[in-house]
Amino acid sequence: MHDNEHTSHHEESFLRKYVFSLDHKTIGKQFLIYGLIMFFLGGGLALLFRWKLAYPEKPLPIIGVSQQYLDEGEVVTGADRMWERIYESDEEEWLELYMPAGVMTDAFYNMLFTMHATVMVFFVIVPILVGAFGNFLIPLMIGTRDMAFPILNMLSFWFAVLAAIIMMAGFFVPGGHAAAGWTGYTPLSADAQWTGVEWGQILWGLSLFVQGLSSLVGSINYITTVINMRAPGMTFFRLPLVIWSLFIVAVLLLLAFPVLSSAIVLLVFDRLAGTTFFTATAEGGGDPLLWQHLFWFFGHPEVYILILPGMGIASELIPVFSRKPIFGYRSMVYAMIAIAFLGWIVWGHHMFQSGMRPGLGSIFMTTTMLIAVPSAIKTFNWLGTMFRGSIRFTAPMLHGIAFVSMFVIGGLSGIYMANTPVDVYIHDTYFIVAHIHYVVFGGSLFAVFGGIIFWFPKMYGRYMNDVLSKIHFWLTFIAFNCTFFPMHILGVGGHRRRISNPLAEAVEVVTQEQTFADMNIFITMSAFTLGFAQLILVFNFFWSMYKGKTAEQNPWHVNTLEWEAPTPVPHGNFGQIPTVYRGPYEYSVPGEEADWTPQAQPEHAPATGGD
Amino acid sequence: METQNNIDVRERPPLSNARLAILVLLGAETMLFSGLIGTFLVFRVGNVTWPPPSHIGIELPRVVTGINTALLLISGYTMFQAWRAIQKDSVKQLRNWLLITGILGLLFLGIQGSEWVQLIRKGLTLQSGVYGGIFYVLIGCHAVHVLSAVIWLFIVLGMAMAGRFSADRYTGVDTCTIYWIFVVALWPILYVLVYLS
Ligand code: HEM
Ligand SMILES: [Cu+2]
Repeated sequence: MHDNEHTSHHEESFLRKYVFSLDHKTIGKQFLIYGLIMFFLGGGLALLFRWKLAYPEKPLPIIGVSQQYLDEGEVVTGADRMWERIYESDEEEWLELYMPAGVMTDAFYNMLFTMHATVMVFFVIVPILVGAFGNFLIPLMIGTRDMAFPILNMLSFWFAVLAAIIMMAGFFVPGGHAAAGWTGYTPLSADAQWTGVEWGQILWGLSLFVQGLSSLVGSINYITTVINMRAPGMTFFRLPLVIWSLFIVAVLLLLAFPVLSSAIVLLVFDRLAGTTFFTATAEGGGDPLLWQHLFWFFGHPEVYILILPGMGIASELIPVFSRKPIFGYRSMVYAMIAIAFLGWIVWGHHMFQSGMRPGLGSIFMTTTMLIAVPSAIKTFNWLGTMFRGSIRFTAPMLHGIAFVSMFVIGGLSGIYMANTPVDVYIHDTYFIVAHIHYVVFGGSLFAVFGGIIFWFPKMYGRYMNDVLSKIHFWLTFIAFNCTFFPMHILGVGGHRRRISNPLAEAVEVVTQEQTFADMNIFITMSAFTLGFAQLILVFNFFWSMYKGKTAEQNPWHVNTLEWEAPTPVPHGNFGQIPTVYRGPYEYSVPGEEADWTPQAQPEHAPATGGD
Repeated sequence: METQNNIDVRERPPLSNARLAILVLLGAETMLFSGLIGTFLVFRVGNVTWPPPSHIGIELPRVVTGINTALLLISGYTMFQAWRAIQKDSVKQLRNWLLITGILGLLFLGIQGSEWVQLIRKGLTLQSGVYGGIFYVLIGCHAVHVLSAVIWLFIVLGMAMAGRFSADRYTGVDTCTIYWIFVVALWPILYVLVYLS
């Protein structure tokens, strides 16, 4: 046995330990911090353009000029002075280009919503769910010492950093950043003449290509590790559901991302080498719709990549805090597999309005509706798990419940949009925006928050502050619904998405109605509340790292293996690799003394807890 | 230390980590090519005449490329022989077969390169509509894969010279063989689709 070698403390340099670490736990935490930083960035972009949507002509607070300055040219605030200076200097300043006097230009608005979604999808949700939780949890929960390929694992993180740097650089190149939406539809994205964006779009593509490499090495690692390195007795059907979800997501990422990469290669050729893959020309030209097919063939599996780990996390939180076994473990697994499989044959539901044969449309409509079946199975299983449980309304559980309820709302709006005739009307409106945010913020992000609070004691050996966690939860929950629920109404009313000035005359009359303007203001207020609520989370996170209440080894009384490891988890994770005797959700088993039975507990032995 | 993960407690899995990883990687490669081949098919099926009228007169070099295809297929066979050799613990044969395979790979690239030069001279370029565009991108993407396979192969050859492989230690040869076979097996599909269809 080599156990002693693993757990012994050998000297590691600072660089090895914190920067170029090979330890899956450190890499997981790196991804978490990375994701949180990008989360604030992506959120900040959103708040900027929310201001524009509420007050299209009004200068931004703080950095915009004051009303007096506008009216009388009188310098009263620091911002006025700054703008005086900017106007006097001959150089074209960045701010002056995009936000003259603090009023955002339409071009900048386009960059902002494009980058908001790009950052949130590719640099926040996936890095946190897959990069952070995947790395931290997989080896611990399957009972092994590290990932199969620690060096690849480290590369995966540094590729992600490189991708983020390339993406951010796009803001500072001439012509500005990509502005064709996170879906980068061609021909808009294929030629600079439509948007004026030169290098921004190319950097967008390159950055996503690199992020694809990061995902690729990540998934190779996850798949190999889960298949080959499970602890003795850890059969596939004894895996915790979050590991199942991460495993399935790794397969999805592996197979989906290369399709986007192929599309990006073609796009970059269009941009740099004068090909016309995505531009229809008189002679032998390409096809703009091709991009949509390639993008959504990747894109729909991608949205399941965004939600499946959230489902996995919720499936951990809910049984633990209901003190009941998960309802229908196997059906949960099969439902995730079904969702992952169906995800490949529904991409056309994003293209009902782009033009396709009606027959094809109904096929995509039917397959899309089919996905509701496994989704509903999962939902009822979560409810069944909570039903008559002894529910503990801890902060992680609140997030788990929020996940389920918000996912239901998002899923239901999905069914509306899946109907071709309905979608023809609501496509490209705020209804879609509401849907996205109910599933991705209401779903995935609540799961992320819940997961962070839940596993924090294992990550840092301390609890996160409970009061702060709950304040953060309720503020977020309320502000979230105030922000995104009204968007359903805007959308059905005909308010289009991606319109920089909803009050402009050119926009359809309907959005000029006062109620819509008021609603936009209300949404913006709520969005700012939502944004500021997240500061509580971050404060709590860093404060608790050093000042939180110390946690025992297994504070929530959980069955799964990560809680068998000592806290803080040493290099190599376990003293001796545990042997697994049972499934992960044996809570309140009749006849057992304690209301939990750890996976590593041999048959008929007295319960041993962590504390 | 990384290599010993769990060796202490687990029985040997049917596929080693390295082998599994390379197969998983090939899944991703397959999807990358599926994207490009799908694009090719969209253009191929979407155009009534192929090549489109504007390019009539520029013939793809079918015969030379056919011969080239044969070369690449042979290299698949020689790579397989290299793999067999190390299983029989014959490092010398391994070196020879690897060398032959590498040379065949380089020959394939060389012939393709010279064909490209001629095509460009005749006027078929990246900018020649989607016909030229997808030809160079799809075939070029495969060529990049052959090139990386060749580089990988020569690294393995170097390791073989340094005596790093034996009948029970040949992960490097094993993974490189799997990758090589993939790159070889992909080519006939591209040849038939792009050159013959
Ligand atoms: C019951 C399940 C679901 C159904 C039936 C469904 C259906 C749809 C449909 C039909 C659209 C296209 C609407 C349009 O553009 O006109 C759409 C858009 C979208 N869905 Fe879903 N969806 C479901 C679940 C999810 C989940 C779980 C996620 C992500 C976690 C998600 C993320 C998105 C996103 C991001 C878009 C918008 C993409 C864009 O145009 O920017 N959906 N959904
Ligand atoms: Cu979709």
